[in-house]
Amino acid sequence: MSEARFTEDQVLRYARHIFLPHIGAEGQGRLTEASALVIGAGGLGSPVAMYLAAAGVGRIGLLDFDSVDLTNLQRQLLHDTDDVGRPKVESGRDRLLDLNPTIEVTAHDTSLTSENAFEILEPYDLVVDGTDNFPVRYLVNDATQMLAKPLVYGSIYQFEGQASVFMPGRERPCYRCLFPEPPPPGSVPSCAEAGVLGVLPGIVGSIQATEAIKLITGIGEPLVGRLLLLDALTMEFRTVNLRWDPACPVCGEDPTVTELIDYDAFCGLAPGQPPPEAERAPEVAS
Amino acid sequence: MISVKLPTLLRAHVDGRSEVEGEGASLGELLDDLERHFPGLTDGLRDDRGLRRHVNVYVNGEDVRYTGGLDTSLGEGDTVSILPAVAGGSR
Repeated sequence: MSEARFTEDQVLRYARHIFLPHIGAEGQGRLTEASALVIGAGGLGSPVAMYLAAAGVGRIGLLDFDSVDLTNLQRQLLHDTDDVGRPKVESGRDRLLDLNPTIEVTAHDTSLTSENAFEILEPYDLVVDGTDNFPVRYLVNDATQMLAKPLVYGSIYQFEGQASVFMPGRERPCYRCLFPEPPPPGSVPSCAEAGVLGVLPGIVGSIQATEAIKLITGIGEPLVGRLLLLDALTMEFRTVNLRWDPACPVCGEDPTVTELIDYDAFCGLAPGQPPPEAERAPEVAS
Repeated sequence: MISVKLPTLLRAHVDGRSEVEGEGASLGELLDDLERHFPGLTDGLRDDRGLRRHVNVYVNGEDVRYTGGLDTSLGEGDTVSILPAVAGGSR
């Protein structure tokens, strides 16, 4: 792969990556040829999609069923004040193409379900999880494991963030190895209920974008088998080791989950829907 | 003394602190000790089977599910991290 593959404008646009010894023209070529699906065009999805677009990832998919709300603008930088009321994926696609008109952006204005997940995920090299609820997180994990695609995970709560990379295959932990079961319905409030520091998804999403770029270009040591924990209040970053669980129902030695399931029933909670007050576990009165 | 790092979800039980100290020769004893000092802190962490499946506990960065669960032995200077699943990200 040589620089001759790039137009003069592209050489300038990606100059700081092309000059970077770890990436170079070859790594930039990989980015240009790569595709990534960003699930959730919100707090985490904003920085992820914007950095991947700026980096020249050739084909980016944005998935979200929601419309831009005024309360989103405190942290979801994909969207402007004028975008309130528009579908997030349309507003997001406009922003990404403004940033980099040389890439292709596909808007998936829908919810991810067991019915459509394979079809939507299939055409992408890797998946970035920026959703806000457990049912979709388990669905995305299961689908990426079954399709053998890398999953870049990020999650936030108030001032705390988590990030990791789940690779397909044995010996590599997936989200279910980390959390075999979701919390009881309603025991963990959503951002809408609990609040979130606006910058926090910017930090965690930027880490997810970094990991995605590392995976695409094959550089460094991605967060495989490690979970990054960060606390914006103390500004402490720690990693804990994750292990592959041989008993994991999806990636273990004898998988029991071999097709996609919608977890709404299992979690007792539809994506994004606040639980009835009575069902909330008393221990999380934060 | 064993240092215990707490997630935001549990800090309401300890006046908002991110870290507390406790004692115990095993993780189970440590949680009992914490519960004595901070009633309610460990309510959501255990059930009849031991640690609840959506709660992860790490001793010096290693998942206790692979080191004996509540029987994991602890020593002076160990750091225990408690980590419940969180899902936020989009809205």
